[in-house]
Amino acid sequence: MVKSDPLVVVVGAGPAGMAAARTLVEGGLRPLVLDKQPAPGGRMWQQPAGSRQPCGLPGHDAETAERARKEFLDLAERIDWYPGTTVVDATRGRLWAMGPGGEVDETSWDALLVAAGALDRVVPLPGWTLPGVYTLGGAQTALKALGCAVGRRVGFLGTGPLLWLAAAQHLVAGVEVAVVADTSRWTGAMRALPDLLADRARLALGLRCLRMLRGAGVPIRRGIRAAAIEGGENVTGIALATRRGPRRFACDAVAIGVGLVPQTQLLDLLDAPFDLDAESGVWLPRADRAGRTPVEKVFVAGDGARPLGAAAAALSGERAALAILEDIGRPFDRDRAARLERDLERHVRFARGLARAFPFPAGLEAGIASDTVVCRCEGVAAGAITAAVRAFGCHEVNAVKALTRCGMGRCQGRLCGLAAARIAAVTAGVALAEAGRLRAQAPIEPLPARVRRTAPDAVA
Amino acid sequence: MAGRILTEVAIVGGGLVGCSTALHFARRRVPCVLLEAERCGAHASGVNYGGIRIQGRALAELPLAERARRRWGRLDRIVGADGEFRATGHLRIARDEAEAATLERWALEAARHGVRCELLPAEVLRSRFPWLGEGFAAASYCPDDGQANPRIVTPLFARTAREEGATILEGRAVVSIERTSRGFLLRAEPELEVEARVLVNAAGAWGTAIAAMLGEHLPSEPIAPNMLVSEPLPFKIEPNIGMAGPGIYLRQVPSGSVVFGGGRGSVDLERRRCRPLFATSLSTIEEACRVVPELARASIIRTWAGIEGRTPDDLPVIGPSTVVPGLFHAFGFSGHGFMLAPAVGIVLVELVLDGHSATSLEGLSPSRSTSVPAIPATT
Repeated sequence: MVKSDPLVVVVGAGPAGMAAARTLVEGGLRPLVLDKQPAPGGRMWQQPAGSRQPCGLPGHDAETAERARKEFLDLAERIDWYPGTTVVDATRGRLWAMGPGGEVDETSWDALLVAAGALDRVVPLPGWTLPGVYTLGGAQTALKALGCAVGRRVGFLGTGPLLWLAAAQHLVAGVEVAVVADTSRWTGAMRALPDLLADRARLALGLRCLRMLRGAGVPIRRGIRAAAIEGGENVTGIALATRRGPRRFACDAVAIGVGLVPQTQLLDLLDAPFDLDAESGVWLPRADRAGRTPVEKVFVAGDGARPLGAAAAALSGERAALAILEDIGRPFDRDRAARLERDLERHVRFARGLARAFPFPAGLEAGIASDTVVCRCEGVAAGAITAAVRAFGCHEVNAVKALTRCGMGRCQGRLCGLAAARIAAVTAGVALAEAGRLRAQAPIEPLPARVRRTAPDAVA
Repeated sequence: MAGRILTEVAIVGGGLVGCSTALHFARRRVPCVLLEAERCGAHASGVNYGGIRIQGRALAELPLAERARRRWGRLDRIVGADGEFRATGHLRIARDEAEAATLERWALEAARHGVRCELLPAEVLRSRFPWLGEGFAAASYCPDDGQANPRIVTPLFARTAREEGATILEGRAVVSIERTSRGFLLRAEPELEVEARVLVNAAGAWGTAIAAMLGEHLPSEPIAPNMLVSEPLPFKIEPNIGMAGPGIYLRQVPSGSVVFGGGRGSVDLERRRCRPLFATSLSTIEEACRVVPELARASIIRTWAGIEGRTPDDLPVIGPSTVVPGLFHAFGFSGHGFMLAPAVGIVLVELVLDGHSATSLEGLSPSRSTSVPAIPATT
């Protein structure tokens, strides 16, 4: 009997997953690619369904996206590609995925690459649950995938390169930008400049966005210390506490975001360890430079490992694929691997610059008002968290979840987990690491109860 | 708190049994130290299904269950909050005639104990419970049963025990126990020694290992009931639901989410970890949708499991050791201990301090023969 090739499963077909699949095929394998999205490209290279035209927005590197997508589609014969397929659970050597028709398949794997991307991070603010409030990524998705805007007059609130990029993209798309309100200050950006020079093209893109917004007369406020979103049935405006006093900007939609958080639920279910990035307060999956996690045959790449952007994601996907080839005893190009790691270094340096230019507004998160909703799924306000921490003398965020229901709803704490941990740590007077991180529980995405199992190993 | 503590009573295990034992020692002004390897309620006590039922229990458990039920009804006076206990009733469903006969037999015994239990023939089921699926043979209904929120009950007991003077140390795993002239010397990691006259083994799935440290053989296997919760549906399912034979159990909480379970997850006792199994979850979903067809409209948002010990006869081991004087056991609740736990603590304290309890533990003592026929575990 001929021993069949090891089955490598790639989760995600964004920049990292696409590059990994290509590299694995070059290495003589036939990977199984499972992607939640209907088309390859991930969130980064999203475009309207069925569109042949690149969207033409700033920051949308149409040429690279098209090339990568074309390469991937050319691969289609040599991979097993399942679009519209969500991984819902995994254990060592097995995983379960739900197809577009709601059927669940079970498959085995010999090596697993998690390239699941990242999610917007938000800080709960007064009014952030009002209709008309979107994440920056959500607003971008509306623009890029649906070709519509979340409002006629949109305010942008938060910090990070995506704040400015999303605002500029809306401006180009003909949307009125009410304000760009950033918690960071110009001085941080100045100090970050040496690191930001590591990627001149992205630095230039950022400056271009800034010029466009200024040129269009968009109000820009930096160093925001407090913010509230106002409205009743819908958003009516943003109230800001700036260094020059309170300011109010009328708008009918708000896009908020303070950076990105890796989607790590799948790694978590596989018992992969995480480390706290002290500056951002985000738990990152532990991995070596090649993307190997400490869990045997489990790899991570792209923004799902550490948000460095699309170009770095493609490099890390390729690097992780080489590591997979190496670990399963296939020939691989050592020099190419070393070159990729060197190239990635540049992106890590740029990311360090971004972290300095747009520091996470920890003060905003720590100073949350007690009546502000933290967990919108279960309607848990900050005050309930502080009350539980005080009443039971606990600060570990999973214990806080058990007591308050914070993080128990549909999104399973994706949006509120970090804020809940910060509030618990601040209330208990302990370091953020002491509060820990919400553990993921299957299913990774809500599983329709009418789900039906297809025959085991139907996929593999 | 490195070093050595001298106390009257040492309790191993910070589940609901251990915490309620600590509380009642504290109420009797007896110094006690509870050692919990992780955090109080970290395993089955904190993450169980939350069913509070007398219905369907083995007869040996009834005296304890009745006392526990009275205590659930006044939990706010015991620990300052009601633990979200509600007497919603418990509906036990028979799928065929054999299961219907099981219901009848149990209802007869229950009547002898004064437990209210109403037998319901197939034809009244759907008019009385319109959300129930079709094709069931019969059911029985105990109006005094109900449900509670396991996530808050153990922390409530732990907090109250602390307030009343018990020493509860979390993150202290007992690694060895030896007998001394004074009683017992427990060594826990990180470095701590506790010397006590009396030792209570409330270590749940680890109870067998704790007993073995003192040379007593009390077998149990670790299990991890597999549970799920749906997104909210309009609230209409009042009672807690179980099956007459092995099968699912299900309740709807007032927020609308349906909490249900069935089958087992996997356990790694060494690493103190367990997890639900996806295949188990899928078959549980399928069966739950037959019991409550409307559930098929919802999505399942979370699954989980919790570690506990199961004895060969599915009954807990409660009472004084037959081998070691001063050692008392309360573990191996086999998937249905949450409801009993608030009574277990006070009964143990009575046994230790008074030498007897008004609540009969006959059939549950460590000295019992374990050749009793197994009773299917339901939660």
